[in-house]
Amino acid sequence: MSLAVSAIGQGLLWAVLGVGLFLTFRILDFADMTVEGTFPLGAATAVAAISNGMNPLLATLLAFAIGAIAGLITGLLYTKGHIPILLAGILVMTACYSVNLRIMGRANVSLLGKATLFKNHFLASLPQYFDSVVLGVLVMVVITTIVIYFLQTEVGQGFIATGDNQTMARSLGINTDNMKIMGLMVSNGLIAFGGALVAQNNGYADVNMGIGIIVIALASIIIGEVAFGDLTLNQRLVAVTLGSILYRFVLLLVLKLGFSANDLNLISSIILAICMMLPVFKHVLNFKHILKRGLDTND
Amino acid sequence: MTKPLLELKNVVLKVNRNTPEEITILDHLNLTINDGDFITVLGSNGAGKSTLFNAIGGDLNIDSGQILLNGRDISHESVERRTRFLARVFQDPKLGTAPRMTVAENLLLAERRGQHRRLVPRQLNKQLERYKELTTTMHDGLDQRLTTATGNLSGGQRQALSFLMATLKRPDILLLDEHTAALDPQTSQDLMHLTNERVQSERLTCLMITHHLEDALTYGNRLIVLHHGQVSYDVAGADKTALTTEKLYSFFAEIE
Repeated sequence: MSLAVSAIGQGLLWAVLGVGLFLTFRILDFADMTVEGTFPLGAATAVAAISNGMNPLLATLLAFAIGAIAGLITGLLYTKGHIPILLAGILVMTACYSVNLRIMGRANVSLLGKATLFKNHFLASLPQYFDSVVLGVLVMVVITTIVIYFLQTEVGQGFIATGDNQTMARSLGINTDNMKIMGLMVSNGLIAFGGALVAQNNGYADVNMGIGIIVIALASIIIGEVAFGDLTLNQRLVAVTLGSILYRFVLLLVLKLGFSANDLNLISSIILAICMMLPVFKHVLNFKHILKRGLDTND
Repeated sequence: MTKPLLELKNVVLKVNRNTPEEITILDHLNLTINDGDFITVLGSNGAGKSTLFNAIGGDLNIDSGQILLNGRDISHESVERRTRFLARVFQDPKLGTAPRMTVAENLLLAERRGQHRRLVPRQLNKQLERYKELTTTMHDGLDQRLTTATGNLSGGQRQALSFLMATLKRPDILLLDEHTAALDPQTSQDLMHLTNERVQSERLTCLMITHHLEDALTYGNRLIVLHHGQVSYDVAGADKTALTTEKLYSFFAEIE
């Protein structure tokens, strides 16, 4: 039971990353590698700020702002510097590694004995693991609502059009460069925000905690899509959170099967690869046909 | 009526600048477009027709010369800024619409062409009734598909939608780049009729590239031929009405 609650809590906290990446991966339609740097950047910022006595909530918001700055740099390299997005992301991600070490002063900083978002009276009074569930639900409801509202505004529609058809967007007077920069800023801000949450939940920040982040964030997006099928844009955003929770359950299962935590990156990649290849498998194996035949013989 | 709306003065545009492959596409081109002109643009491949549109639209920077809108120099304005007065329909049906957005969403986007987009709700539902009426005028079932993603429309429907989007907010200048060329003959003709109707009724100033001599003669009040990056033939009014395909063919034979 407590394992399930823990999985739900983790899924909710990590879902922030899925929603953040959704803005670039699904709406702007490119893979932004910056997130591998901005996740630990957010963690490092929050941990360093809290260690220096900052209020945990302010520290978490500061992490968002710093992440957005990293996104701004990627966006400028991409749109104004004409560096391909994949490389622009990798450049900023690599640079973040050094910045993170500067911020923390060493590779791993603990929050032991320090205040965090999880240590207020109300959350601390809950049964084990329920603190991350309650905070996660709160965070995801607020973030998802804001993102859905934004996408339905005039600017948000221009943002979607930019990812959908750049030529058309420009011919309607939409400044596509600004839209891409804005998307990268908000996306990386959210990822850093997620990094700050996870660091406070774990009780430490580690300079290597960004490895494989893009796979985890993608997994919540793709698993949500595979599990729930045809959805509207708004529903898909909600499905990201559910996908993130499902992904945690899959990991739980894998650990139960006897794999160690060190195998998780390998397993995450395999899960994601399989999910992304499902449409191909469906075609090759012709699931529906086989199912139908199975039903026919029953008649 | 004969007030100059857009003037191109000695416009030079080169590609592959400062390389051995440098080519001059527009070579000291002069063209005055008057308010209310419906100009059909002819010319062989490589004559500079699409480049002319891209120079007017701002996609390509001109090397020298001037582009004036109502006397104001717009040569260095960005693509986004020029959309305040300019609308375009491309040849490729895929270029004119956002495939994952619905027909209604595309129309709503087009309605704010060139205007500031605000951080306020888009209010799509309020417009649906009006969009329904508007798309009914296209007679191709578009009105039944307002909530369909445009990626699922036929090429003809997409082009009709692109045209509708370009004229939804009245442009000062409308550029049609062979917008019926990718369609089957019947659909192409339907869209052409519709184009003509709307250009006439809204008194739009319009440039239309076409390879279809019949269309070039039938539609518009003025016809120009581009050749080696210059306007080599420019005929309007009664002279254009008197023009025949034979005369055009013999002219083309002459300049080649």
